[in-house]
Amino acid sequence: MPLAPFTPDQVQRYARHLILPEVGGAGQRKLLNTSVLLLGAGGLGSPAALYLAAAGVGRLGIVDFDDVDASNLQRQILHGVADLGRPKVDSAEEAIRAINPDVEVVKHSLHLNSENALDVFRPYDVIVDGTDNFPTRYLSNDAAFFRAKPLVHGAIFRFEGQMTMFEAAKGTGCYRCLFPTPPPPGAVASCAEAGVFGVLPGIIGSMMAFETIKLVLGIGETLVGRLLIFEGYDMSFRRVNLRRDPRCPLCGDEPSVKGLIDYENFCGVTAAEPSVSLAPAELAAR
Amino acid sequence: MNLRVNGKDVELPGPISLLDYITGLGVDPRAVAVELNGEIVARESYTELTLSEGDRLEIVRMVGGGCR
Repeated sequence: MPLAPFTPDQVQRYARHLILPEVGGAGQRKLLNTSVLLLGAGGLGSPAALYLAAAGVGRLGIVDFDDVDASNLQRQILHGVADLGRPKVDSAEEAIRAINPDVEVVKHSLHLNSENALDVFRPYDVIVDGTDNFPTRYLSNDAAFFRAKPLVHGAIFRFEGQMTMFEAAKGTGCYRCLFPTPPPPGAVASCAEAGVFGVLPGIIGSMMAFETIKLVLGIGETLVGRLLIFEGYDMSFRRVNLRRDPRCPLCGDEPSVKGLIDYENFCGVTAAEPSVSLAPAELAAR
Repeated sequence: MNLRVNGKDVELPGPISLLDYITGLGVDPRAVAVELNGEIVARESYTELTLSEGDRLEIVRMVGGGCR
């Protein structure tokens, strides 16, 4: 395929990338020809989407079924007051277009599940997981493995964030190698129950975009094989080594998971649990 | 006995099994992954593993949230 030259607008827009030897014209072209699927347009998906768009990732798919709620605005910077009640994929699309019209936005207004995940993942180069529940974590892990897609993983809780990257089909290990089984229902509080410091997803989600772009460009050292833990309360980072577990039911030597399963049943919960919220008066009294 | 747990120095009176140590912290062992001296420990080994002087422990909590 002949390469279209950069337009004058693009030369200006991407000037700071083009001058970086690690990106340059070839790298920028790679980004423009890359497609990334974001799972969730929430806390993590917001900064990830904005930075990936600004960087010139050519196609951004967004999976989200929620509408914008007032309690989102403390951290989900894709959405604003004017978006309250609108589907998140719609406000996300507008925010992305406002930053970079080069980017094609593909809206997937659906609940990711075992029936649709493999089809949704198929056309994308990288999957960025900013979801909010365990069934979807295991689902995206397994579907990324079966589709042989890199999976950028981020998670947040109160002041703590975690992030890593799996290329499980290449033998790097997967989410199940680290956490073979989901926690018992109720053992892990959700953000709605436990709270989350609003800037935290900004940091973790930005790092997810950072690692995604490095992966696409093939530069630097990625987080594959390492889980990064950010403890915002004392501003420290720690790292845990990850490797493929030969006994992993998905990517191990004798896998028992050979296709997508019923993840809600596996986790003993429903994916779309209503968020536990306190009444405004109760919250204000805290 | 001195350990390093999640990047912080911790002093313990004596050897203790990994499982007893974790549960003593009020942590549900089914909701974490544990790295001991740079290696992830299989959950089945929590009872038989005894912590000793100088061990470096990382307890990684399972976090579902991206927060919608």
